[in-house]
Amino acid sequence: MHIDLRTVAITPLRHTFDHIARRIGADKAASRYQEGTLDIQPSANLQYRPTWDPAHQLYDPARTAIVMQDWYAFKDPRQFYYGTYTLARARMQEAAEAGFDFVETRGLGDLMPDDVRRRALDVLVPLRHVAYGANLNNVGMCAYGYGTAVTQPCMYQGMDHLGIAQYLTRIGLWLAGPAELEDGRSHWLGDGRWQPLRRQVENSLVVKDWFELFVAQNLVQDGLLYPLVYAHFVDRRLNAEGGAAVSMVCAFMNEWFAESSRWVDATVKTAAAESPANAALIAGWLAHWRGRVREALLPVAELAFDQDGEKVLDTVTEAFDARVAKLGVALKEGGHV
Amino acid sequence: MDMNVKKKLGLKEKYALMTRSLGWETSYEPMDAVFPQTRYEGIRIHDWDKWEDPFRLTMDAYWKYQAEKERKLYAIVDAYAQNNGHLGVTDARYINALKIFLSAVPSLEYNAHRGFARLGRELPGVGPQIACQMQAIDEIRHAQTQIHSLSNYNRFYNGFHDWKHMNDRLWYLSVPKSFFEDACTCGPFEFIIAIGFSFEYVLTNLVFVPFISGAAYNGDMGAMTFGFSAQSDEARHMTLGLEVIKFMLEQDPANLPIIQAWIDKWVWRGVRLLSIVAMLMDYMLPKRIMSWKEAWEVYFEENGMALFKDLARYGIKVPDCVELIKKEKDHLSHQAWNAFYTAGKMTNFHTWLPTEEEMDWLSSKYPDTFDRLYRPRFEHYREMEKQGKRFYNTTLPMLCQVCQIPMLFTEADDPTQISYRQVTHQGDKYHFCSDHCQHIFEREPDKYVEAWLPAHQIWQGNCFAEGADPGAPDFDPLKSVLDYWHLVYGRDNLDFEGSEDQKNFAAWRAQATRN
Ligand SMILES: [Fe+2]
Ligand SMILES: [Fe+2]
Repeated sequence: MHIDLRTVAITPLRHTFDHIARRIGADKAASRYQEGTLDIQPSANLQYRPTWDPAHQLYDPARTAIVMQDWYAFKDPRQFYYGTYTLARARMQEAAEAGFDFVETRGLGDLMPDDVRRRALDVLVPLRHVAYGANLNNVGMCAYGYGTAVTQPCMYQGMDHLGIAQYLTRIGLWLAGPAELEDGRSHWLGDGRWQPLRRQVENSLVVKDWFELFVAQNLVQDGLLYPLVYAHFVDRRLNAEGGAAVSMVCAFMNEWFAESSRWVDATVKTAAAESPANAALIAGWLAHWRGRVREALLPVAELAFDQDGEKVLDTVTEAFDARVAKLGVALKEGGHV
Repeated sequence: MDMNVKKKLGLKEKYALMTRSLGWETSYEPMDAVFPQTRYEGIRIHDWDKWEDPFRLTMDAYWKYQAEKERKLYAIVDAYAQNNGHLGVTDARYINALKIFLSAVPSLEYNAHRGFARLGRELPGVGPQIACQMQAIDEIRHAQTQIHSLSNYNRFYNGFHDWKHMNDRLWYLSVPKSFFEDACTCGPFEFIIAIGFSFEYVLTNLVFVPFISGAAYNGDMGAMTFGFSAQSDEARHMTLGLEVIKFMLEQDPANLPIIQAWIDKWVWRGVRLLSIVAMLMDYMLPKRIMSWKEAWEVYFEENGMALFKDLARYGIKVPDCVELIKKEKDHLSHQAWNAFYTAGKMTNFHTWLPTEEEMDWLSSKYPDTFDRLYRPRFEHYREMEKQGKRFYNTTLPMLCQVCQIPMLFTEADDPTQISYRQVTHQGDKYHFCSDHCQHIFEREPDKYVEAWLPAHQIWQGNCFAEGADPGAPDFDPLKSVLDYWHLVYGRDNLDFEGSEDQKNFAAWRAQATRN
């Protein structure tokens, strides 16, 4: 049966679902971000104890020491739900693809000075494993976190890190070949300059409090590593020395870091603003991980900048501290290390 | 996949570099601390490298393909809403199937999303980890596209308005809720057998056909579109489910009995969950696709059996419950609709009696049972309706401790006898709808004593409206429970005949088709 419908205006009975209306008012239409996010995690009458964590319920706010009156106070300033997330990333991957295409078809890798290519590979290839660790951590935060408003973007963040690990893999293949990936891997596993960072990543993989992990991974580790590697090393140093082609294929990482930092900042800010107790917890985690990550990154900074490594890391740390100062969290331990 | 590399690498080799070569054996922290969930279920995996990737999708390609699908899907959803596409469905009764869908399915998808995220974190092999991560992100897509597609129906029809609140509380919704929460509280290996294999691989067609083809048959472009759009994701999920079971079976012969027990449990749990789908196919779609019995025969007895034949070389046997399901297929949908029709004061959708024509269709599809056992019952209800005494049952039924379905199924060989099993565990009595649910309980009593059974909870006074005083002289328990569910009496529930939905649809459709 096919019916020809004329366009008529009929008055709706309601604008959105009740659980959304209770939050935004019944007189407003809700956005797709809101309808696809707010309250959609099961939250009442949960059945059975998880065999993998009998001390908690399946969805349990007590898997972190952070306390929120409303876990949907978290907001992703990017308003990512699956549709907007994939559209945003599809646009970025198209640009990245064009970048790879450009450098590959013009043989720009071969035109690069050998020592510059060597240095780029030495620094970037082992970072595949760091990105993979960040992938696991964020997927874990999605699994064990509370409330879709914060777990959903963790899922996306995890997949972003996987994408970055794969772009780094492509860079290794483009500039050298599969053997280079093997070399990078053995540096990751055995080279003394990578061991502090590997220890840091492995330590983060066993952190049980998912919000502490959020601070350690998304705020501190990414917050120091991305500016150090992609802004200072790739975009400044390599660019200046004839390695502009590398900076073309790292545009994704820079754009991604700027974009995702807005969400990371908003999340930390919201948790800290909830209560002095939260702010104190976050400050403690921040101080702890900031020191550890800096230590872990120092040899990498020296790999990238030789004797200037520490200086560049200091510059990056200063900028990081300025960023954190806006989040409502005190920097303990005298701030600068 | 977009992988231009200098050296000629095979696809498989390339994909391995993009995935499994990212991982490493940790040494600053023990692997058991990094992946603490892999041992306690007794599954033995000796070599994660033996994992065969069921599909090779890198993130850049994933973003590209999925974004393209989203673009198309939302364009159709927008157009459908703009043109009041809902007025083109076969008849307004159809919309009630969507109410069940919204209040049950997005929450299942959501649980699958979080469950697969856990596996994406906890499985020690990078290959299966990443496959699970992709399923995890797909599943939140499914939840959201369903919510977004049905959101427009909520603007015009009752029963959709508080789906999430109801999913956590309403009596019959504890059936899907407990199914998925059961799976999500399992260890990672049982979870993936439950959802990845038993649900996605063995039973998914039985969900897809009635809802999505049902939508297409009944003129619902909106629901049809998200269903078809999810199909290419489902294809990946199914190959993952199959790959996982083969991998586990190949890793160690000691895994076989554990896996067999899980398959037995989850095929049964899944089939019980499908009871509601059976009723939807036979009673709720104004234009029918095929009967539940036919669907079961095609998708399980033929296709499903072919799969089990394929797994026989590993020693996997067809679950015992299949014999019982075969016998139940002539009864299931009729008993379920009878239960919902009579419980029509407590549902978030409307119920109705099949028309004469529809009853004739049911007779032709169920020649052995319909006229003999079920038609007389519906005719009796019709008589009552004519006398203005539409029958509503407001007593709370006893629920099965495992599947949480009211005791409405009959003995396989005696359709006059309600099937009923009982077990005493630590001094308390527990009730079951069948031998199979009883066996599931007996294997893990500690788990199932924690079930949150809506009927029991209501009796215990845990489901009254906030601030209600059950001691007050004018206290109306039914009304208070409806308030707890956020179910609006007279708008969400009762018979379709005379409902606001029926009147609005008729008026709006007349307006839209008038010349
Ligand atoms: Fe799904
Ligand atoms: Fe049962």
